[in-house]
Formats: sequence, C-alpha cells, structure tokens
Amino acid sequence: MLVIECPWCGPRSEEEFTNGGEAHIKRPSKPSALSDEEWADYVFMRKNTKGIFLERWSHSSGCRRWFNAARNTITNEIAAIYHINEKPPKEIS
Amino acid sequence: MSRPLRLSLGGAIDRKKPVNFQFNGRQLCGYKGDTLASALLANGIHLVSRSFKYHRPRGIFASGTEEPNALVQLEVGPRTLASHQATKIKLYEGLKAFSANCWPSPAFDLLGILGFFHRILPAGFYYKTFMWPRWGWKIYEYLIRHIAGLGYCPRQPDPDRYDHMNAHTDILIIGSGPSGLAAAIEASHSSARIIIVDENSKFGGRLLSDNSKINNKSGPDWAAQQESILASNPNVKMLRNTTAFGYYDHNLIGMIENLTGPITGVKDKKRQRLWKIRAKQVVLAQGAFERPLVFSDNDRPGVMLAGAIRTFLNKYAVIPGRRVALFVNNDDAYRTALDLNAHGVEVVVVIDLRKEATGVLPNRTISEGIEVVEDAAITGVIGKSHVKKIEVMMLSEDGKSVQGEKRFFDCDLIGISGGWNPAVHLHSHTNGKTVWRKDDGVFIPGKTLQNIISIGACSGNFSLQSCLKDGWTAGKKVVKLTGFSSKKTNSPKDTENIPEQPWRNIWIIPSNAPAGQNDKHFVDQQHDVTAADIQLAAREGYQSVEHTKRYTTLGMATDQGKTSNIPGHAILAEILGKEVSAIGTTTFRPPYTPVTIGALAGPYTGLLFAPIRRSPMHYWHESNGAIWEDVGEWKRPWYYPKRNESMRDAVARECLATRNSVGILDASTLGKIDIQGPDSAEFLNRIYTNNWENLEIGCCRYGIMLREDGMVMDDGVTSRLGKNHYLMTTTTGNAASVLAWLEEWSQTEWPTLKVYFTSVTEQYATITLSGPNARLLLEEFTNDIDLGGGAFPAMQYREGTVGGFRARVFRISFTGECAFEINVQASGGANLWANFVNAGEKYGITPYGTETMHVLRAEKGYIIVGQETDGTVTPYDLGMNWIISKNKDFIGRRSLNRPDTARDDRKQLVGLLPNDKTEILPEGGQIVSQLQATYPIPMIGHVTSSYHSPILGRSFALALIKGGKKRLGQTVHVPLVERTITCQVTSHLFYDKEGHRLNG
Repeated sequence: MLVIECPWCGPRSEEEFTNGGEAHIKRPSKPSALSDEEWADYVFMRKNTKGIFLERWSHSSGCRRWFNAARNTITNEIAAIYHINEKPPKEIS
Repeated sequence: MSRPLRLSLGGAIDRKKPVNFQFNGRQLCGYKGDTLASALLANGIHLVSRSFKYHRPRGIFASGTEEPNALVQLEVGPRTLASHQATKIKLYEGLKAFSANCWPSPAFDLLGILGFFHRILPAGFYYKTFMWPRWGWKIYEYLIRHIAGLGYCPRQPDPDRYDHMNAHTDILIIGSGPSGLAAAIEASHSSARIIIVDENSKFGGRLLSDNSKINNKSGPDWAAQQESILASNPNVKMLRNTTAFGYYDHNLIGMIENLTGPITGVKDKKRQRLWKIRAKQVVLAQGAFERPLVFSDNDRPGVMLAGAIRTFLNKYAVIPGRRVALFVNNDDAYRTALDLNAHGVEVVVVIDLRKEATGVLPNRTISEGIEVVEDAAITGVIGKSHVKKIEVMMLSEDGKSVQGEKRFFDCDLIGISGGWNPAVHLHSHTNGKTVWRKDDGVFIPGKTLQNIISIGACSGNFSLQSCLKDGWTAGKKVVKLTGFSSKKTNSPKDTENIPEQPWRNIWIIPSNAPAGQNDKHFVDQQHDVTAADIQLAAREGYQSVEHTKRYTTLGMATDQGKTSNIPGHAILAEILGKEVSAIGTTTFRPPYTPVTIGALAGPYTGLLFAPIRRSPMHYWHESNGAIWEDVGEWKRPWYYPKRNESMRDAVARECLATRNSVGILDASTLGKIDIQGPDSAEFLNRIYTNNWENLEIGCCRYGIMLREDGMVMDDGVTSRLGKNHYLMTTTTGNAASVLAWLEEWSQTEWPTLKVYFTSVTEQYATITLSGPNARLLLEEFTNDIDLGGGAFPAMQYREGTVGGFRARVFRISFTGECAFEINVQASGGANLWANFVNAGEKYGITPYGTETMHVLRAEKGYIIVGQETDGTVTPYDLGMNWIISKNKDFIGRRSLNRPDTARDDRKQLVGLLPNDKTEILPEGGQIVSQLQATYPIPMIGHVTSSYHSPILGRSFALALIKGGKKRLGQTVHVPLVERTITCQVTSHLFYDKEGHRLNG
C-alpha cells in the first residue's frame, strides 16, 4: 500500500487514488490523418517499464485531481510527483 | 508416586489460579499463564495429533509460532478453529481442544495404516500414483480430500466481532526480546512516537525462556522492569498478543492484535483487531527459530527442540521429560542440559555432531557429570507413540556415514538443536534480499529498500550481549533517522558473555541404511516431507528451490516451513553439489502466521458490508410491497406484487397499465451530472458521437459515448438548461464512472476548455409519469407549464411548479409512451409521489419497477448499456448509425474505421421471436444457425434481453448475432440442455415503430 503525495492534499494512502496508466500519451490532434497502426498504437499500446515509470494518478476519493508520478516499478518508490500537464522533472527523464 | 511434572517454584504461571480444560474429552487442569502445550506436558501428554500424509503420531515439537505438529481443532460450533497450534493457545477456563487429523483417537488412528503404503505416496504422488486409470481421479480426489486436511471450518456464521485500526508512528519495533526492548528503551529517551509489539502477552521474548542475567537481574525481572519503564512513557504504545503478519510497501505493516479468544485466554468483547501501521522507521527484532536435525524417525513424540525444552522448563515450570537425551551441533543447546540438571532432571547423554565439544558450556556440562559423546549421531529412535530409547553410532571422518558399535540410551525426551535460523520473514516480505552466511550456514537479512533495521537474533547476532548492543545502537539510530534527538543515552548493559564454538552442519544425519529405506528422516513434519522426498525430486531433475518446494510441498504447510525450509534447501543443494546460496531460498510472503478472514473483514459485514443507497421515495416503495433489485449500491423497486401475485403477473399488470393508462416510476437513481461553463457544448461534442452545437435551450438530446476503442460506454439524455448550462443523465450503474470519465478528459487532455462538472444525482427526486393519461394527470399539478403536445413536444424541457415544488420537467420517454420526467428537490420526492398516486387513482395509476421498465423499453428496441452491450459493441453494431456525426471528431471515432470494427460480420443487434409464443429464451443463451448431429455447433451470437410482452401477447427477445442485419427473416436456434428453441430473426423494434404514442 503506497503513500502518494497528492499535489493538492499532501501524503495520503493509495486506497484514495486511482491509477490511470502510462502518462504523457497525447491524444492525436487529427486522428483521421493517422494510419490504422498509428491509431492502434495510441489506443492500445502501453509501456511495461521495469524501473522508473511515468504514470497518471487521480485522487479519486479526495480532491479528484489528476497528476503525474514517476514510480519505480521494482521498488514502488515514488521519485517525483508533478502536475498533469507538466513534463517530468529533469533528473527523472 | 513419581515426582510431579510441574516445578514447585518459578515460571510465569500463577499456581493460585488453576484452569480446567478438556483435551479429547478428558478433563484436565493447568494454571493461568499456561499454553495448551505446557498444560498438556504438565499432564504428561505428548501425543497431540497425527500427521498430514502418513498419519504418524506426533507430539509437541516446539514452544511457539514455529510448531509444526501439535495442531488441534479448538472449540466446537461457530467459534471452532482448525489447525491451531497448541503452543500458541493460552489456557482459559473451559477450553475444549481436539486432536487434529485422527480417528478415533491420536493413540489409535485407523488411518495410521497409510504409513505402510509410503511407497505409493512419494513426492509428487498426486501426479504419479493416482494417474491410472484416467477416470479414476475423481474417486481418488474425493477420498484424498476426506483423508487429508488438518481440521474443519465452522459451519455457522462467525458470532464474534472484529475491529480495524490505522495508526502512524515514527518508530515501530517488532519483537520485545532483549534487542527489541533495548532499542525501545534507548529510543524512548527522545520525543519520537514509538510502537512496540510482541506476539506474546508478556514482553521479554527469549529472556523469559532462558536462564540469563542482565545487570545482576534475572532475564524475566529485567524485561519486566523495562516493560514498566516503557509503559510509563506516554510516547510509547505497547501492543501485546499482536503479530505483525505482513510488511507492505512504504513501510505499512499489517498486524493482528488478539483481544479475546484462544491467543489471550480472555472471553467476550471483540475477538481481534487488524492494525495497519505506517511507520517512518521499523526495527525488526523478531528473533530466531531453532533448527531441527534431520535424523532417523526424528518425528516421534518426545523429540523436541532444545530451546523449547528450556521454555517449558523456565517459563512454564514444566518438566517435559524425566530422562533426557540431547542431540546437538552447537554450544547453546548445552544450556538445556545445564538448566535441566539444575532442576534435578536426569540428562542421560549429550550427543554432539562436532568432532570435539570443547567450549565453555560443554565443559560446564561435563563437569556436572553429564556424559557428552562427541562426533556421534542418533541413528534410530525406538518407541512409536513416545520415545523410549535411542540408538547412537559414531560418525565417519566425513560425517556422511556411521560406524562402530551401536550404543543405546534409555530416555523419554530428545532435545535437538541444529543451530538457529534468523526469522527473516518480514524482511523478506519487502523484497529484501537474504545473504547466506557460510560460517554457520544461516540466511541473514541483506539489502532492502524499506526503512528497516534488523537487529539481534533475526539479523544473525545470536548472543545475548550482541542482542543488547544491537538494540542500543538501533535505538539511537532510528531516533536520528526520524529527525529527533535523544535526551540521554545508556551504554550497553552488563551481561555474561560466554564465547561459543562453531556449529557443525550435517544436513542429513546418516543412519545404518540410506535415508528413507527403513525409516524416515523428516524435514517438514507438518506436510510429511522427508529427506528421501527431496532426494527423489533432485533425481527427477528438480534444480530450483521454488520447483522442488511445489513438487514436494516442502514448507507449504500452515507453518510456512519455519523449521523446515533451511534444512530442506541445504539438502537439495548438497545433492546438486551446489552452495545453498546458489540454489536460493524461497520468498516468504505474507501472512507470517495465518490470519482469520474475520479480522480482514473487520466490522464490514452484514449491513456494513457495502453502503445502501435509497431513493427519496424508498419508504413508500417499501410499505407498498416492492421487491428490490440491487443496481450498483442502489435499492430499486423491481416490481410491486399484489397479494399472491406472481412476478410474471405483476409485471404484466404493470406493463398494461402503463401502455393503456398511466404508470409511475421512481427514476431518482439515474445519474445526473450538472455541466457548466462556456465550453460545455464543445466538450459534449468531443465526448458524445452526435452533434451538440445546435441544441437549443430547453431541448434534450439522446447521446452515446464511446471509449477511445470505439465501443459503447454509456448512454443517456442531456438537456440544455441555459446558455452555458447542461444536465447530463447517465445509467444508474455508470454515474460515478461517467463523471470520472468527463473529469479525466477535461483535466488531462483538454485543460483549456472551461467546463465544470457536479454530480447532482442525490439532490433531485425524479418521478416518471408514463402512458396515455400521463399528461392529464400532470395537468392537475401545474399551472405554469403548458403541457400541450404543441407547446411542449417530446425531447424538450420546461421549468415550473409541480404540486407546489419547483420542478424541472423533461419529456423523455424510455417506455415509448408519452412520458414526463419530473425532477424536484430530493426532500419533496416522497410527498409529490404520494400525491400523484392519490390523484392518479381515477386513472388506475400503477407504480412499476425496473422489470416492467425493461420490458417496455425492449418492446421499443431501446438498448440498456451493460445488457445489449458488453464493451465489445459499437453503435453500428446496435444499428445506431444515425447517432454518428460525420463532420466532427469525438472520442472513439477513429476506431470505428479500424478494419476489425468496420467488419460487416460483427455481432449486430436484432430481434428474436420464438416460434412458440410462450417460450421465453434464457438471457445469455447461445444462438446457432443450424442444428447438426456433431458437436461443436458454431455459435453465431447470444440472447441479450428476453421477456414476455403483455401488449404483444407473446415472448420476444433482443440478441447480438453475427452479421445479424443480413439475417432478418431467417430461422435460428437456441439449443438448451433439454430442448431447443427455434426463433425468427426480426427487427429489434417490436411496438409502435412509427413512434405515434411517444410523440402524442
């Protein structure tokens, strides 16, 4: 059970959050211009990273805000938390 | 009369308080402070149970959590507990325990005959012996399941209550032995919050079992002193009878505190409390488990760990045997000889595996006149249901065989010690590595990423002095690490430091014949795994510990191999000619000891299991005989049977009343999301498949939302209340997930759109009047809304006063009739509902439930998300091409052009009419196009909704069928177990196809 530091509410238990999968997947601005493969890549394909993984979380039982986290999938350490529309901190990427 | 088995002085028992209990129906007596095991031993009872596989007689082997053998069924009735360790059960008045796994008694067990068939029960016998004939497995399995198993579950609901508690602490110390106590005392000189836990009711750990001295105080006295110092400190919380069973991410530790029941011996009140403790720093001071020796017939009752003998003697003042032989590989076990001798118990001999025993403790033992035989081994145990005699031979030079003359010693107790294994369980739960310390052959804690300091015996520092030193050091360190400072510090306490000689590890003690030929060398006593089983597995090619464990079931019993894992792994390594570190150790996983389901469930049972949501009109429904349907957390009326009316009759009555006059439905549970902001229309355009830019104020529109993969996610009607103000309705079950969906897109993808969402589901009561007389009835309740068909057409919305309440009225129909959805403040719902029902009496107004709603909507071919759709259905599959906008993008649009989504042989929504009008197809029934004699028949689809239609006077159904649109008019079949139903494929619109009724 992780402790996740919500950027708005501070450290709270994982029970209050919902995981939203891989972060920084931008919805294509012109989906109709994409090939089937390119579209399928956006819709279905996700990384399965061993190590630092950039992912989205929502404080669904709290402030209901989305944010990004950099979590080590081996150790579950959370290296950074940053706003949903921010780039990951330099030391992470 | 021989001397009593209870010492007249000493121990942590209260001789003034006798406790009566029953074992296998026999009335016995012990003292307050006893465990069931110590009380049984004091009554001369060693034989407690029969073993799992061979039904061999088994006795008390250990004194605590590591006990593999002495398992009992505790109590009868709803509180009965299976496989409870006699060594963990605190004696209480009236306790009733029964031997596990034997019939009729542990002394005479009919299934003991299984021992003679050990040749057909080797490792992996499930996969070998019982494989022929093929059909036989069903019979074998039945028999095996009845023979095996170590107890039974209660048949009645649990009458006890359980509790959950969360806590945060700066420092958590697990274990209150010398190292844990020292760490707590040292850390308590700061202002850090400390929790210290121990699975026993008294603090002190091994100090209570051993005859040791700290600062000239006895171990128990010193422990009691520290305990009272800690108790007087308000920063320190002490949890007794509490077992840390799991170590989870980010330093969350799960614990079970036993409040009443067998572990504490207290009755009434709450049974257990589940603690979830989040700590900044954790000190693991769990101690160590003594390691057994794997020798011939080492499972006989009367074979006991040497340290356990000291526990029974010093802590419980029980003499577990009168003539004791010890079989050891280390100096520490000589303490047992010295303690027994001090209490006048005869120590017949100490057999030492080492070539010479020259340490301080062996020398003391010899000087007290006790015979020590070096470089020798026990090669046989005589006495089936209790030890009578041992056979001893000298070891060969390499220790792999025995030689010379046999010697025999009479004895009734064998104390064994193969050294100690650090209890690395919790450390291991954190994915922490363990390191093999070659010198003495133990796994010690290695690297972990959690904030753990392992100290004392569980870190491999076994001596009392090093335990105390570890404790002081760790205490200082955790204070610093948690950002506090110590007011003062104490130096390590003064204790006797006796140097000890190294152990000699011989993993399989040789006997006259190869292991397993005439006798058994048990490794895992609870699962009856022998050295020969491991040898066999290795011969059959098993190389990895993880595989061997599963094949032989080594360490997989309820004790999780606390005494058996290391010897088992070492034996495998030796056979494979590898280092133990090279074949690895298995990963310990939570729970450390079994956890009751009751504790995990806590108070959340019965009514508290899940919240119940009730509509504002709930109590009207209840008092008018509604039968409930659970929809998500909501209770919705399913149907309202009149006296003695069947469900089918009730639903038919409700359907016809609605079609012919007026029905009233509680629709308050539908999800309602208030959407505001200047970009609301643009947002809806991106979420829904159809166009929202042109929706006028006061109008409503049906919408379907897709996931990005093009599949239908939810549907509902959204109304425009104002320039930048919309009200979205969702299905009852999806209200929360749709709100989350909207929020997710707005926050993560389109943060620049100004649009805001508020759930208003519970703020409004929604009453639906439906049917040809709905308008007439509603007219009696409002003066300020013109309800005429011209002024207020279908799919529009008006605000006004209804029955004295401010109301939003929508002409939205899910029945195909002229219908009004009236929304008033939730508190007015019950009142308005009752007034409608009273006023509607002249029209025969009929309340209807979800079942009638489903029938009526299916007659009109309206889908229900989750019934006609299952996450693999596109709007095209549903024949809803009209709702897909061609001139804008929306979520899921691009996916509708993916080759797989655009296939024309996808399952498509159609209607089915059974040839026999009385046959109602089962929902979920599989559809085939042709019947044939050979199976399997290709399945082309399934029934999604199926009812009897009172207005059509026949049965009908909706179905998803491959290429269904092209099959209209065809005949298909639904084969069932006893019969086959033949149907015609039709359009999915069954009633009022032109929509005259709805628009009227």
